[in-house]
Amino acid sequence: MPRIGASGFAALLLGFAFLYAPIGLLAIYSFNASKLVTVWGGFSTKWYWALLDNRLLLESLWVSLRVAFASASIATVLGSLAALVLARHGRFRGRTLFGAMIYAPLVMPEIVLGIALLLLFVALGLERGLLSIIIAHATLGMCFVAVLVHVRVKMLDRSLEDAAHDLGAGPFTVFFTITLPLIAPALLAGFLLAFTISLDDFVLASFLSGPGSTTLPMRVYAQVRLGVTPEVNAVSTLLLAFVGLVLLTGAAIAQRMRAV
Amino acid sequence: MKSLARRLVLAVPLLWLLAFFVAPFAIVLKLSLSRAAMARPPYEPVFNLSDGFWGLVESARQFTFDSYSLLLSDWLYLDVYVSSLRIAGLATLIALLIGYPLALAMSRAPAHWRPILIVLAIAPFWTSFLVRVYAWIVILKDEGLLNHALLGMGLIAEPLRIFATEGAVLIGLVYAYLPFTVLPIFNALDKQDSALVEAAMDLGATKTSAFWSVTFPLSLPGLYAGALLMFIPAMGEFVIPDLLGGSNDLMIGRLLWAEFFSNRDWPMASAAAIVLLGLLLAPLLLFERAQSREADT
Repeated sequence: MPRIGASGFAALLLGFAFLYAPIGLLAIYSFNASKLVTVWGGFSTKWYWALLDNRLLLESLWVSLRVAFASASIATVLGSLAALVLARHGRFRGRTLFGAMIYAPLVMPEIVLGIALLLLFVALGLERGLLSIIIAHATLGMCFVAVLVHVRVKMLDRSLEDAAHDLGAGPFTVFFTITLPLIAPALLAGFLLAFTISLDDFVLASFLSGPGSTTLPMRVYAQVRLGVTPEVNAVSTLLLAFVGLVLLTGAAIAQRMRAV
Repeated sequence: MKSLARRLVLAVPLLWLLAFFVAPFAIVLKLSLSRAAMARPPYEPVFNLSDGFWGLVESARQFTFDSYSLLLSDWLYLDVYVSSLRIAGLATLIALLIGYPLALAMSRAPAHWRPILIVLAIAPFWTSFLVRVYAWIVILKDEGLLNHALLGMGLIAEPLRIFATEGAVLIGLVYAYLPFTVLPIFNALDKQDSALVEAAMDLGATKTSAFWSVTFPLSLPGLYAGALLMFIPAMGEFVIPDLLGGSNDLMIGRLLWAEFFSNRDWPMASAAAIVLLGLLLAPLLLFERAQSREADT
């Protein structure tokens, strides 16, 4: 029974137009030949080619990619362990506290988390740089991973693991041959989410970076503060496209894993 | 063997969180009670474990509530809290006014549309936050796309001044966090039994009165959750007011940043962080209660 009606259709159209028109416009205008951002001067990809000559930008991209890969890997391992604890350890003492520690960073303003971690590094007398950004992103990322994987582990049919156990498999064999393959799509989703969060983060990185560890969002932010330029439009569009590509790849892999 | 493995599974994430989440907050708390100093690090007292136990006690005696009393008595700071609450509150209201009709339409769309609509609503959250805020600079600037279009159509004679005002901050906040508002409302609406509305209409209710007496009250838990998921991040936001707001549009996030980087008053920044967390505590507890009640039903 279609109950949506004209007003419902209008709400959908307006709502999604609001969500997508701004990034759509940005993407279109990144192909604008004119240096004046708002005046359309014909189609051109020259701003994308100009990016290749921007050494600082490319350097920061390389920093960001390394940070994102390292922090997402750590976050996936730690977050999955935390999810197993939440789903499987029953009601041990301090479970509520542990759960709160997992959920708190998700709602904590990033600026507060940034200051707190910076003060830790200062108090310990440690240099800031790639490692401190990786630690910060891994801490935030692991909580997102834990939530995603927790949902998946809770949905698992325990009888599969019990059956393997009854057939004589040890706990490690059960984990690696039954549990892990079953939660793999959630692990992948968690890794990709942690990766994109790291790649996009400006606030934590600004508190925790040191000399030589300027990330891409920090570089973009500095340029954005100076004003709108066609080059920033091009970088932004590439970021949107890159994240979209990562997600599509992830969805495709998850689909294949489920099919097997 | 099994219990050793179990303990390891718990110990690794627990130790990580203790080291990189709990310990840092203990330091923020300690620093909020310290005094700014022209030194490296720029505060005192500095705890030195080599002083022994009494040395630490001696350092702890130098703790002071100066930062807090300044934060809570100076109108400059109080203004920032009030305007943060106002801006986050207004953004929440606008997000509900846009988000509720959207969620309602999504829940009433044909069943085979819904999975696509949900993905469409979540996808912006996965794309770059910074880019989404930047897009609004391109649109709202005095010489931006919106003014260019409106001037071109002859609808306005002078460019609208939206960029670098509170209005731009509101637009940015609503835009950035709208998916968080829509999804819980959609979930609450989606799981309602449509037989309830049919029963109400069989008993003589009109479409409108059935909505207000059945659908809307049942969706309130989702509405509360959606409102809090807008309000909480909006309160602590830094990037949006910094990029879209004018220099007068202060929010707590910007105050914290300024105290930390420009004034280098780390104790003040720490105290401001603690006050921000304090302001967020009530909405967070409300959210937690709403969630656990949801889990019980």
